[in-house]
Amino acid sequence: MKLTSRHLLGLEGMSREEIALILDTAVSFREILDRPIKKVPPLQGKTVVNLFFESSTRTRISFELAERRLSADVVSFSTAASSVSKGETLKDTARNIEAMKIDMVVIRHAAAGSSHFLSRVVDANVINAGDGGHEHPTQGLLDMYTLREKFGKLEGLRVCIVGDITHSRVARSNIYGLSTMGAHVSVCGPATLIPRDLEQLGVKVYHRLEDIIPEVDALNVLRIQLERQKSGLFPSLREYHRFFGVTKEKVSKAPGPITIMHPGPINRDVELSADLADSEHSVILQQVTNGVAIRMAVLYLLGTSN
Amino acid sequence: MKLLLKGGRLVDPASGRDETVDIQILDGRIERIAGSIAPTKGFEEIDLRGKIIAPGFIDMHVHLREPGFEHKETIESGCASAAAGGFTAVCCMPNTNPAIDDESVARYVREKGKAVCGGIVDIFPIGAATKGRQGTELAPMAELAQAGAVGFSDDGAPIASAEIMRRALEYSSMYGVPVIQHAEEPTMTQGGCMNEGVTSTRLGMPGIPPIAEELMVARDIILLGYVPRARYHVAHISTKGALNHVRDAKSKGMNISCEVTPHHFTLVEDVVRSFDTNTKMNPPLRTRQDVEAMIQGLREGSIDAIATDHAPHTIDEKEVEYTQAPFGIVGLETAIGLSMTELLHKKVLTMTALIEKLSTNPRRILSLPTIKFAEGEMANITILDPDAEWIVDTSKLHSKSKNSPFNGYRLRGKAIGIINNGAALIA
Repeated sequence: MKLTSRHLLGLEGMSREEIALILDTAVSFREILDRPIKKVPPLQGKTVVNLFFESSTRTRISFELAERRLSADVVSFSTAASSVSKGETLKDTARNIEAMKIDMVVIRHAAAGSSHFLSRVVDANVINAGDGGHEHPTQGLLDMYTLREKFGKLEGLRVCIVGDITHSRVARSNIYGLSTMGAHVSVCGPATLIPRDLEQLGVKVYHRLEDIIPEVDALNVLRIQLERQKSGLFPSLREYHRFFGVTKEKVSKAPGPITIMHPGPINRDVELSADLADSEHSVILQQVTNGVAIRMAVLYLLGTSN
Repeated sequence: MKLLLKGGRLVDPASGRDETVDIQILDGRIERIAGSIAPTKGFEEIDLRGKIIAPGFIDMHVHLREPGFEHKETIESGCASAAAGGFTAVCCMPNTNPAIDDESVARYVREKGKAVCGGIVDIFPIGAATKGRQGTELAPMAELAQAGAVGFSDDGAPIASAEIMRRALEYSSMYGVPVIQHAEEPTMTQGGCMNEGVTSTRLGMPGIPPIAEELMVARDIILLGYVPRARYHVAHISTKGALNHVRDAKSKGMNISCEVTPHHFTLVEDVVRSFDTNTKMNPPLRTRQDVEAMIQGLREGSIDAIATDHAPHTIDEKEVEYTQAPFGIVGLETAIGLSMTELLHKKVLTMTALIEKLSTNPRRILSLPTIKFAEGEMANITILDPDAEWIVDTSKLHSKSKNSPFNGYRLRGKAIGIINNGAALIA
């Protein structure tokens, strides 16, 4: 089986079989990561460019490692400034880089839809490493991988995403991916950070952690950005922590253990208490490891299908 | 110019005429109009059997971009686009650089209009409501009106301050010129680039809530109640909620009117999922319920006019990330085809009602003289072929810009010619 698209732009619209294919492929790459020699040859001779128009440490390093471990040649380009403020358009940047004969592009950009845009203007395979508040498909995939590793299956699993859903690409990719795989997805956050008509995506919405904690197997805790407070979407970090911060005390009300996930970087003791982040129920570091395996799987499936 | 229009169906809502006539035109003036006119030597005969002769169409909401943004459109290319689309008149919005907030700019635009395309398209400037469209000080409305401004608007931006809106209504009421509001409560729309709702939620795109339009319309109607002699027109209405307020205000006899664009009665927000920046405009494409409300509003008459909000942008300006792209699409050359396809042929509007929305009503709103079909009158005519089937090809547009989401659309009905100011352009 192959993926139907030449690109990975998002998990919305992807079939169950395609997602399962990526997760299954990642299992063998995950195993390679535990070997003394972690390099395999499938992308030998291929050139991958990482275009990061938004600052990112872990996603960029994770992609770079995945690319190098598949023996690809790797070039990375990072700039916090948007292409527009630099005076060159995204289209020109992409076309110039493509003119240097590259095979795959990984793009992180602050604008929703930027990877779709790129896939229309270049011939290379495009992988979305986060486009604004839209999607972050490899994060969604690594979250699903981690949950499947922990629980053995995704079907019927109850997962709640906690925090700023409105601005979160991680939330969307999780909602699309997990729903397709048969998990029950809910969200919990302040009403000002839940986007309109979210229920129409098949998601249950909660505003009190104590209402949802007894009902879930895993909490995926999102990073809260201080700038959202400045734009009037919630009153203070202190209040946010008291009412939406996931803590050991709140989680202890659950009938059984709850798995804790976080896409990083964590604001310790804001959205997630430090003791919980470091507890035995946290799979946050497994997520990071699995992220490399997932990205290897995606690069492999797209890069060897041409 | 010596023309004999043979066998066309004259549909003139102003006089209530709907009949087959011959019209003989000499030097731009209607010399004879009768059931049948024998061919006269020297007159070019044009067979209009099966075609419609209508009073010249006016697009009351156009961005001609000149002065200041001539790389997008010029008065000449905009007039060519209007003429090709079947309009004998356009109103140009004041968001130029400099803005049309001064009589010299208004005069420049009018004069330039007379000098291009044989003067076949009348240009009626809309003056800025406030200086520099900054929303803080009234523009010189009296001088602007004297220089030919037929409405006042800060279009592209709302007249946000309630105090300034009140004063704009009061001041403009002295001259009987309407204030045209781009209805948007700006504190709610910062950064928004599409309708707020399930689609923006799916795409993670910053939304423009429908309530931002509704709130501004509702506020303005309350202000209009306080300044009842004023005239108020809602530009490019797009939401069911705002239209409900307009309908209520009309039922109370208030001086209110509104227009809708072809894209707002044709397209639903789902098309944004393509991330095609030609689906990005302000107001944004709304939901199916809103589109249905627009169609209902046209049918029942609570929407007075169809106007395009023709907003040219170059390919380079549009071929960027969706959130970065400028708002707006061109519309002059697709408006009539879309209106006939979506409204006439789907039996939303009769031919008479369609012509009202594209000619009679906007001229009335703007206090422009009624076009008359009588001997001795200047001919101001749009000729329609209601059954012409054609496919939109944006590469063939006369506008300098090609930013239309309708490329490849199959349409039924188009304008095949216009006659105005002693000039004729007939396909």
